[in-house]
Amino acid sequence: MTSTYKDSGTASLNDDEEFTDILEERRRNTDLGYALRTFNPQPYKGAPSCSTSDLNKAVLESQYLRYIAKEIALETGSSVEKVRQEARGILEEMSHNLQLGFIRLMAYTFNKVFKRLFRSIYVNMEGLNMLQQAIQESPVILMPNHRSYVDFLIVSFVLFTYDIPIPVIAAGIPLASMKVVGEILRRSGAFFIRRAIGSDKLYWAVLSEYVRTIVRTGCAPLEFYVEGFRSRTLKSVVPKLGMMDMVLEPYFKGEVFDITLVPISISYDRVVEESLLALELLGVPKPKESTTGLFKASRVLQEDYGCMHVNFGRPLSVRQLCEGKINRSEYNLIPRDLPQRPSTEIQDCVNWLAHLIVRTQEEGALISPWSLMACLLLQAPITTLTEEGLQWHGLTEKTLWLRKLVLDFRGRLNWPAHTPDSDVMSSTVALHHSIVHHKAGRVYLVQDGNPASQDPLSPEEKVMRTAAAVLMLVSYRNQALHVFVRPGILATAIHITKSTQKDELFSFFCFLRDVFSSEFIFIPGRASQDFDEACSLLQKCGAVYISQQEVTVLETGLEVLSFLQKLLQPFLESYQLIFRYLCENGAHVFTEKQFLPAVRNLATKLILSGDLHTFEVLSSDTQKNVLSALRRLEAVTKLRASQQNEYKVNKAAVRRTGDILSGKFPPESLHAIPDARL
Amino acid sequence: MSGFSDNIMRLSGRMLSQYPAQRDWDGKLTMAPHPGIIPTFSIVTLSDNVPEQEIMKWNGWGYSDSKFLYNKKGQAEFTGKRYRLSGMIIPGLREWMESTFSANLQHKTPAAPILNSSAVQPPTLNEAFLKELKSTGIPFSHDAEDRVFRSHGHCLHEIFALREGKIGRVPDLVVWPNCHNDVVKIVELACKHNVCLIPYGGGTSVSSALECPPEETRSIVSLDTSQMNRILWIDEKNLTAHVEAGIVGQDLERLLNESGYCTGHEPDSMEFSSLGGWVATRASGMKKNIYGNIEDLVVHIKMVTPRGVIEKSCQGPRMSTGPDVHHFIMGSEGTLGVVTEVTMKIRPMPEYQKYGSVVFPNFEMGVACLREVARQRCAPASIRLMDNEQFKFGHALKPQVSSIFTSFLDGLKKFYITKFKGFDPNRLCVATLLFEGDREKVLQHEKQVYDIAAKFGGLAAGEDNGQRGYMLTFVIAYLRDLGMDYYVIGESFETSMPWDRVLDICRNVKARIVRECKDKGVQFPPLSTCRVTQTYDAGACVYFYFAFNYRGLSDPVHVYEQVEHAAREEILANGGSLSHHHGVGKLRKEWMRESISSVGMGMLKSVKDYVDPNNIFGNRNLL
Repeated sequence: MTSTYKDSGTASLNDDEEFTDILEERRRNTDLGYALRTFNPQPYKGAPSCSTSDLNKAVLESQYLRYIAKEIALETGSSVEKVRQEARGILEEMSHNLQLGFIRLMAYTFNKVFKRLFRSIYVNMEGLNMLQQAIQESPVILMPNHRSYVDFLIVSFVLFTYDIPIPVIAAGIPLASMKVVGEILRRSGAFFIRRAIGSDKLYWAVLSEYVRTIVRTGCAPLEFYVEGFRSRTLKSVVPKLGMMDMVLEPYFKGEVFDITLVPISISYDRVVEESLLALELLGVPKPKESTTGLFKASRVLQEDYGCMHVNFGRPLSVRQLCEGKINRSEYNLIPRDLPQRPSTEIQDCVNWLAHLIVRTQEEGALISPWSLMACLLLQAPITTLTEEGLQWHGLTEKTLWLRKLVLDFRGRLNWPAHTPDSDVMSSTVALHHSIVHHKAGRVYLVQDGNPASQDPLSPEEKVMRTAAAVLMLVSYRNQALHVFVRPGILATAIHITKSTQKDELFSFFCFLRDVFSSEFIFIPGRASQDFDEACSLLQKCGAVYISQQEVTVLETGLEVLSFLQKLLQPFLESYQLIFRYLCENGAHVFTEKQFLPAVRNLATKLILSGDLHTFEVLSSDTQKNVLSALRRLEAVTKLRASQQNEYKVNKAAVRRTGDILSGKFPPESLHAIPDARL
Repeated sequence: MSGFSDNIMRLSGRMLSQYPAQRDWDGKLTMAPHPGIIPTFSIVTLSDNVPEQEIMKWNGWGYSDSKFLYNKKGQAEFTGKRYRLSGMIIPGLREWMESTFSANLQHKTPAAPILNSSAVQPPTLNEAFLKELKSTGIPFSHDAEDRVFRSHGHCLHEIFALREGKIGRVPDLVVWPNCHNDVVKIVELACKHNVCLIPYGGGTSVSSALECPPEETRSIVSLDTSQMNRILWIDEKNLTAHVEAGIVGQDLERLLNESGYCTGHEPDSMEFSSLGGWVATRASGMKKNIYGNIEDLVVHIKMVTPRGVIEKSCQGPRMSTGPDVHHFIMGSEGTLGVVTEVTMKIRPMPEYQKYGSVVFPNFEMGVACLREVARQRCAPASIRLMDNEQFKFGHALKPQVSSIFTSFLDGLKKFYITKFKGFDPNRLCVATLLFEGDREKVLQHEKQVYDIAAKFGGLAAGEDNGQRGYMLTFVIAYLRDLGMDYYVIGESFETSMPWDRVLDICRNVKARIVRECKDKGVQFPPLSTCRVTQTYDAGACVYFYFAFNYRGLSDPVHVYEQVEHAAREEILANGGSLSHHHGVGKLRKEWMRESISSVGMGMLKSVKDYVDPNNIFGNRNLL
């Protein structure tokens, strides 16, 4: 393993971090030899070896499950034995069956596949070393981000390569139903969770006991996606707390001394599912996970996907993180085997931790030159991209300018060293030939033509076609967003309020942070730190001058400020449009099923008429995020009794939010001052 | 293998140099008030047997003649003649200390040899009080040594300071009441002249209970109960004994034994701790499974308070007369008054005693076994489970030769070869057992317990092993002084918890200690070990032992206290109690409110306010 290079955008955490290409040695040696290598990892010291049947038995016989079974039997009038039988069935469907033989098979297959898909898979050895250490000391939770199906077993693959215990992995149940593959995944350590558990008490009980038992015994590292699912937008998703609750409970109840969380950032130069994701966001249903589908997808093997980075973050001690935040003695008066609703203090702490992990994943992600180009391409008028073409020269210059800004903002950049910048640029564009093409000094957006079709496309269809290409671009831009969000929000606040007063800017900053907290990851309770960070970054790059009370825009900073403001413009426009729709067009009560296409129709019309300049509002992700933002601001409420996700809208409140967002009123007039409760 | 200082109060009564010269040393016959009650001789006759030089250490544990040291050959040795280990070489101790603590014979930290009286602040005397006290004829002293001796218990920081010759606030005067009426007089005078009284029994407190509050501006008088050490009567019909509260444990047992009885109350500190101290701290004895803890043993208590004397009107075995006022007294830690006389249950001496031990493959199995024993309510007089580190420590304390040990050593070798097979020496742990009663029942009982143990993988490991464990209980406290000679400081602390949290608390607290030491800059890995010492229906009592080599630390005691503080936080966060029997004192006061709720604190405060409105009993413990 000789090929190493330095992460050129050394972030604040680890300087001189070395990444090693794990495929290099694989290319030199036989796949079979690799798959059959001796595997003898050092497990968690406190853990007695525990087989999958021991694990399942422990879960089924747990006091907790007995208690719940009795309760359910009493509620439903069925017999305890019947409920327990049902629990056994759930567990059977759920449980993993990790076997080394299948890990070897998986490793063998992955070797074949990865070597075709990727030029390199880079892993930071220092992170792996820290992980190896951590695994011996306490139960470890591996928490990768999830951007592609490809990364589902990548962590297992890396750990197998480096003799570290293989994790058990929480997966969505659709994977289990894939023929053969489901079973292979199960035997590679996957356990399967139903998508909509809802209020199925027994299912929750089995799942949570299963997860807790894994953590408690430390029999294997546990891997799960705190974001809950694969991000369709390649942007971090607001974390889901269900698994997080289950995983942390053994610490809160004192059943383990500590739990180690390891954020893992997986970044791709090019994501295998890029076009599928965009279509899905536009309402074209995603293909069902199936084995045949997997084989059909094998044409993706013909393509080049550049490099992949797996960045193992520094292991985080839950004990240290929670110190002073919670009082665990609330669990002292109820037997720990019985269910107990955690206090709000504990819930807040779990939420905070989950956000912290996602933020750490973001910070550990590597930003590719392509993400920078995507940021810039999206700021060009759409007709330039589709018709006239964007000047290559200008794009190159601007990308290099942006590279400097990313470094100023302490982003981790994956910019190949020892390569002329022009080569980097053109190879980047070549890699992404599915989205742009470079011809005669100009860059054009590739729109998936349908030449076989006889019928010319309708204007609406044309919009959708462009939207699909734009949303692909958007997703790559999103990979870099976390670096710009905080200064970007400040730039937006400056732009909208036209104020120089720090306190006014801060309150608008908080308002934006609150409105967009489904869109970007903000750690709860850290508004003023976020603001300070934004100020210091803008000052650092020479965009503003900050005094005790004032933020003064500098002449030299106009370029940065305008870039940042334009970067977030699509979000503001999208939110405003949906607010407008809700106030003017929509009914007082609506369902999600009505809402999504209606917004899409309105947006399409406005795009055609030239009144709307962003395609992002067409994305169902944006639409759903606006809904949850409004719910958080209590302008929209979900009707409890409703079966089909009905919402009730308070039009005045929505209008008011829109007015504040456009700068008509200062945010203090909003019913709840953001962050006041934190 | 007991604590470094596991204990409650300590004897000073036989420390002849501490007695005022004008004492009357004659034994006095106490007449039986009622027929059927045996008159007993007062314990003061004992002093005839105690030679002059036999005194207590002023800055360490126990008798001056008994201590661990490294002889010229560099071997560890226990001096004196009092204990079975006395005069023996302990070959493994040095290596154990060196490997466990990285302690080294070259790095010594000797204690200041004698008390420097000039370091002691001159007494603040209340002349009016003194004048009236003189007229009562009750002996007193304001000699510096007498005062320093009663200014502390056996917390690490207290002993460490003494070894360094550092003396803080000490009592201004020591008084030696001879009987209940003397105490009544002293308390009356103290109230009249607004003097602060601190009762002193055996001095074995490990909760900073005896420390004089530095903010106290009044004259502080230490009320030493050591002269109130008579058994006043024994009632054979009801099996009770009426005893003065200053008597120390070993004297009480010996005197009762002479009449064929015992109380069965054996805290590890029983050599030095006093009956009054047991009551004041809610003490617990090793054999509580048969005899009960102090609250089960006490039938009647007499206490002198600023409001007067509190006692019940009869000796009924149980009463429903509102909340039991005894429970205001037990655990009051000297904040309400002085316990002067106690009627206690006694039992005929057991016909037969048998020790035993069981080896378990790991601590988890051992705890599961103890839990099962408790479930079946068949616990022997004592059952204790030590973890692997303590097991190894016990091994290090094997003496070179002696009749009682040779057989064990031989047995042990065989034991290792045969039965330990399959046991990981780094995981196994040992339970020590003590059975008591009539022979047949003991043997039956023994079988029952060993049968249960077998279900948890336990193998019987011999009587000697068990006996040694209990014997070491008494010498272990001396070991801390040896450690302190070589840069090693440590202490024990205890808690109680429900059964389902025993393993979690043991694991988490030990791990917390290790982590805190690392964080606080301790250069060497600490010793962090525990054992389960008592079983109850609903839980257990666990002892932790914690020691480390403090070389390289500028303020080792502060580091020690921070780590102990963190360990206590960990105990509380995991559902353990603030204390099982050591009490609260001033050391653990900060957690009282969260332990018993604000209303609970209010209840205790209002009792204090009524009983002692002027805070005459001003040691400021507990509240």
